[in-house]
Amino acid sequence: MLGFPSLCPTSLPSRQSRRRNNVRRRAPVAAALLELKPPPYPLDALEPHLSREAVEHHWGRHQRSHVDCLNAAIAGTQLEGMELEDMIWNHDFFWQSMKPGGGGEPSGRLMELIERDFGSYERMIKELKHAALTQFGSGWAWLAYKANRLEVGNAVNPCPSEKDNKLVVAKTPNAVNPLLWDYSPLLAIDVWEHAYYLDYENRRADYVSTFLDKLVSWEVVSSRLENAINRATERAKVDEKRRQDDDVEATSRKPVEMYLDSDNDDSETE
Amino acid sequence: MRFQLLRSPSPSSSCCGYQIPFQPSNGVLLLRSSPMKIPKSHTKKKLSQSRRASEVLAYYGLTTPPYKLDALEPYMSKRTLELHWGEHHRHYVDSLNKQLTNSPLYGYTMEELIKVTYNNGNPIPEFNNAAQVWNHDFFWESMQPDGGNLPCGGLLQQIEKDFGSFSNFRDEFVHSAMTLFGSGWVWLILKTNERRLSVVRTSNAICPLVWGDIPIICLDMWEHAYYLDYKDDKRTYAINFIDHLVSWHAVTSRMMRAEAFVNLGEPKIPVA
Repeated sequence: MLGFPSLCPTSLPSRQSRRRNNVRRRAPVAAALLELKPPPYPLDALEPHLSREAVEHHWGRHQRSHVDCLNAAIAGTQLEGMELEDMIWNHDFFWQSMKPGGGGEPSGRLMELIERDFGSYERMIKELKHAALTQFGSGWAWLAYKANRLEVGNAVNPCPSEKDNKLVVAKTPNAVNPLLWDYSPLLAIDVWEHAYYLDYENRRADYVSTFLDKLVSWEVVSSRLENAINRATERAKVDEKRRQDDDVEATSRKPVEMYLDSDNDDSETE
Repeated sequence: MRFQLLRSPSPSSSCCGYQIPFQPSNGVLLLRSSPMKIPKSHTKKKLSQSRRASEVLAYYGLTTPPYKLDALEPYMSKRTLELHWGEHHRHYVDSLNKQLTNSPLYGYTMEELIKVTYNNGNPIPEFNNAAQVWNHDFFWESMQPDGGNLPCGGLLQQIEKDFGSFSNFRDEFVHSAMTLFGSGWVWLILKTNERRLSVVRTSNAICPLVWGDIPIICLDMWEHAYYLDYKDDKRTYAINFIDHLVSWHAVTSRMMRAEAFVNLGEPKIPVA
């Protein structure tokens, strides 16, 4: 897939390459077409929480129409194209966040970080549900890993530690994705009405509760967290090295030559 | 104008007493459910008489659509209306009333409330609920059983003048509905500055009142409005709305009222 960030949700483009990719996409290029990836389980595997009909419509009609529209508009308007691409990415991410027989509680490093950053698992769930229920209009609720820093030269943390990176809950409208803010998404809940209307009608709260109790795949979330932590550590190392190189260069710079007026010159011109 | 003193919000009341009654004969369309300030003497008297003395508060009410909930079949099912009006619209009204208890925003009509809470582009939390209440009222009144077909007379002429032909307008309206991303509304508005009709789309709860244009028709493009009946087929939903549901009678009344504010043509002054 030339010119597009990888659509596999487990490998996230770095913030700079994503921006570069956007720029590259603007030029009309013989790009490969996007494909509609199926969820990693059969369409009726999430019954009775999400009916086969709902999943079929959500994936087979909505997501398929996003893919078709995007393929048709690849050389067309960039703005719509980017929204559709985000929607496709978000949906792939969403399907992979679930599994038949999911639910339960997380464990391992994920649980440790949840308890560290939210106080308790129940508090995190409460915050996530609140975000999902208060997203006005269409959108998504996210659990994400935040490891970003200001891109300002002198915004240097004198004592960097792992504790500065933390889990956060976020909500976004329409097709917005927290990659935009340089977060690493770990879990997505689709709160567009089409995601739950066939099975739950207007009861978004029931849908979100069922999602968190019976559908979410904490293993996938944990593996995304590991990737996110590794990525953040790598980036920290790269930044540290760059800072050291800058320091070395600064100290090795030759003293600037300065041209000063001298008395001899003055007397000659006068 | 009759009113009732409400002691506390009753969730099952479908019609708050604080409203100017709907008069279908002359087509008053903007049902202003405005709270009334009750003179102090009345409140004191009532309070002393009642055991369960509680503060008398005014509330915005949930207005009922001017037709039965199954009257729009088969283009909009009874179940959709039960959910859309009975759950979503009611929820907006209840949330708004809850937000307005002990709030300085007291005594506004719905349109005033929308403009005030919009806060010139930086809306406060009450805006979403207030605007959605108004938008839904406007939406129910934009439809009627056995609606659709063609408008007639001056309205048709105006549409032909501003869009070229009725089918151009219809195509533009349907196209706007299909290309709206996310939740929102499609409107036919009368632009006050350009003095012409136009089709616009808005997101979430925004309505043309906030920027000063006059709404004439609206179509709810939030998914809850059509998902049960049409799933993702927005095109058929919009086409059915224009062809079978829109109430040109209501639209004509609205245009007549709008012409009091916008001069749409040279007046015909008879020369003696």
